[in-house]
Amino acid sequence: MRPQRKKRLMLVLLIVIGISAAAALGLSAFKQNLLYFYTPSQVAEGEAPRGRAFRVGGLVEAGSVKRESDGLTVHFTVTDTAKSIPVTYKGILPDLFREGQGIVAMGRLDDQGAFKAEEVLAKHDANYMPPEASYAVKKAAMEAMHIKPGQKP
Amino acid sequence: MIPELGHFALIIALCLALAQSVLPLIGAHRGNLAWMALARPAAHGQFVFMLIAFLCLMYSFLVNDFSVLYVAANSNSALPFYYRMAAVWGAHEGSLLLWAFILSVWTVAVTVFSRTLPQAMIARVIGVMGLISVGFLLFMLMTSNPFERLLPAALEGRDLNPLLQDPGMVMHPPMLYMGYVGFSVAFAFAIAALLGGHLDSTWARWSRPWTIISWTFLTTGIALGSWWAYNELGWGGWWFWDPVENASFMPWLVGTALIHSLAVTEKRGAFKPWTVLLAIFAFSLSLLGTFLVRSGVLVSVHAFATDPRRGVFILAFLSAVIGSSLALYAWRAPRVKSGGTFSGFSRESLLLVNNVILVTAAISVLLGTLYPLILDALNLGKISVGPPYFSAVFVPLMLPLAVLIGVGPITRWKQDDAGSVLRRLIPMLIGVTISGLAVLYVLTRHMSIMTSVSVVIGLWVIVTALRTLFERARKGQGGWLGLPRAFIGMTLAHLGVGVFILGVTLTGAYSIEKDLRMDRGSTVIIAGYTFTFEGVKQIPGPNYTANQGTMHVTRNGKEIAVLHPQKRTYLVQTMPMTESSIDIGFFRDLYVSLGEPVDNGAWSVRVYYKPFIRWIWSGALIMALGGVFAASDRRYRIAVRNKATLEPNAAAARA
Repeated sequence: MRPQRKKRLMLVLLIVIGISAAAALGLSAFKQNLLYFYTPSQVAEGEAPRGRAFRVGGLVEAGSVKRESDGLTVHFTVTDTAKSIPVTYKGILPDLFREGQGIVAMGRLDDQGAFKAEEVLAKHDANYMPPEASYAVKKAAMEAMHIKPGQKP
Repeated sequence: MIPELGHFALIIALCLALAQSVLPLIGAHRGNLAWMALARPAAHGQFVFMLIAFLCLMYSFLVNDFSVLYVAANSNSALPFYYRMAAVWGAHEGSLLLWAFILSVWTVAVTVFSRTLPQAMIARVIGVMGLISVGFLLFMLMTSNPFERLLPAALEGRDLNPLLQDPGMVMHPPMLYMGYVGFSVAFAFAIAALLGGHLDSTWARWSRPWTIISWTFLTTGIALGSWWAYNELGWGGWWFWDPVENASFMPWLVGTALIHSLAVTEKRGAFKPWTVLLAIFAFSLSLLGTFLVRSGVLVSVHAFATDPRRGVFILAFLSAVIGSSLALYAWRAPRVKSGGTFSGFSRESLLLVNNVILVTAAISVLLGTLYPLILDALNLGKISVGPPYFSAVFVPLMLPLAVLIGVGPITRWKQDDAGSVLRRLIPMLIGVTISGLAVLYVLTRHMSIMTSVSVVIGLWVIVTALRTLFERARKGQGGWLGLPRAFIGMTLAHLGVGVFILGVTLTGAYSIEKDLRMDRGSTVIIAGYTFTFEGVKQIPGPNYTANQGTMHVTRNGKEIAVLHPQKRTYLVQTMPMTESSIDIGFFRDLYVSLGEPVDNGAWSVRVYYKPFIRWIWSGALIMALGGVFAASDRRYRIAVRNKATLEPNAAAARA
């Protein structure tokens, strides 16, 4: 093989190996770290996985927020207006967390079916709520009217 | 009257942008000198009218003209004047105006500093930049006019988003946009070269300083954004892999690859088609960044605008720019001969590996950023990609790259002996490993494998960069003063990478973060520092009221700092905001922020100890400083001054 060709081959090989290693690495990391989103209705019907982290979103039910005396542990329920699920979070909540507002929580279900949140996101400005939260509420409203989400009512 | 003047100036700027793009491009194609000569005056005219428009908007903000919709939506008479000025780019319409204004600034800079370029080349470069400007001005005038009137006028404005009322946010968007838009120059050079068919080392030398300057701005902009997030978001993180951050990070990664491949093209004439492709991608990703942040497809801490019409326009614009430039590339690139042969182990091949790694990293960020959006758009479910994905991909990609930083600069162009290079490096590797691990053990007593590896690699980057510098100063002509600025720039940038790696690793591994309830007078001890909470008082601000806490920090009985974290409520948007209070140090930050009141004057509080976190931004700023040095290298200044262009070999010999 001429040196020119050999060099080309080397480089091509190098690039192929590099990219496939990165792709393998990336895709496996990707699969492990995908977080699926479920609405409170889906969680209540048992569609959400046990033992795997996922996200749930909706409105914080009015009057449901209870704080423990350690000042950090908070209990509240998240609703899409059809169903609601209990959520526990230990930590400092975001500035815009309020009753009646949309939030998205990331975490997993415990054995009692309560959602233990590791992270809570609230809307970040006064104008709108997280898109997932509004999606959950809209979906519940549509299902109440027997329409699948994504279809035009 | 003033807003109408601004609106009118935008329309004239659009007409001039059309003249600046269409006529010179046709002129360059036909060899018509008179048409080509229109490029410069049209660009200068466009700049003047963009400036007028920009000043008109700023004036409307300064005089609180709430009959302008954009001003009414983003300002307030109680807002301090410096934030009223920054509010110009506080939301969608004004950011676009800033974008287009910065584009005209870059275009004028090109007309001033590229006098030695052949007429056809400069006409094409300015023409391409004009086309981009046409796109942005049309976008603004059709969907997002910042001068739109609000009749009847509002009595008072809705105020600037409180998150943006921070010094970091005043500077972050202009810096970031200087970087984004600056890549349009490299892009325009690449397109002009493809159109003209002259893709040679001279082309690379023209593009290089522009690319480096834009990269410098982008680096600074990203660092400022990260610093702002740390200060303002109230939970002490410096990078969140938020889609909006990714949007600015992707062009940075590709831009970094571009800087390195331009070096090969300039010095050795190799990688030409690849370099052109990178220039196209860097700018395309900048446009994508603008699209992601400004179209409302994402919702995150930065995304404030929502209007699908705008999204469709930017998407069409994006496809037009990327599609046409890739089509041109497919048509013209096969004719480009890539010269400069090199062996399997040479600086070229190492830089090729650098490029492959950086581009792979950019692709993996792109995947993690766009995949959830695509699934959502196709109604296949709502997912998100967590930060662990990015760390899992990034760390294994970046650490080998960092190891190569130590090898590349001492490897010769064209061909080198791997054995002899290794023999020079192994003693240093051993020294760095032993001393690094020893220091880490003595200071911390516990260390994971990952932390140890990263610390050693960070030190490795710093030590090899310094050694290359000393060696060059000793052997080169003129000693320290004779060092070429390009070389100093490269070394500084690499040093910055090392400092950055140390900062990221040590902050990640040794931070102590405590969220806890604190009663008045209670204390907590973290990393040897005693934090005493003195309670919370109400104080007024210009456009907010605040609950201000007082936290005394002592160490061994000596007072270190008194921190005043605040919980503000902005009066107009009634939005609560956490304002952290930080005692800054070279080796550690002490970070305190307020959560919520619990009972009897007790609050939930965040108390963080963040070792070496300053090193993260310092590293980025050192990199940017390296960019400043590199861009001001003698050979670029000579290229500007001399009419005759230099032989590429002469420049290569000096550097």
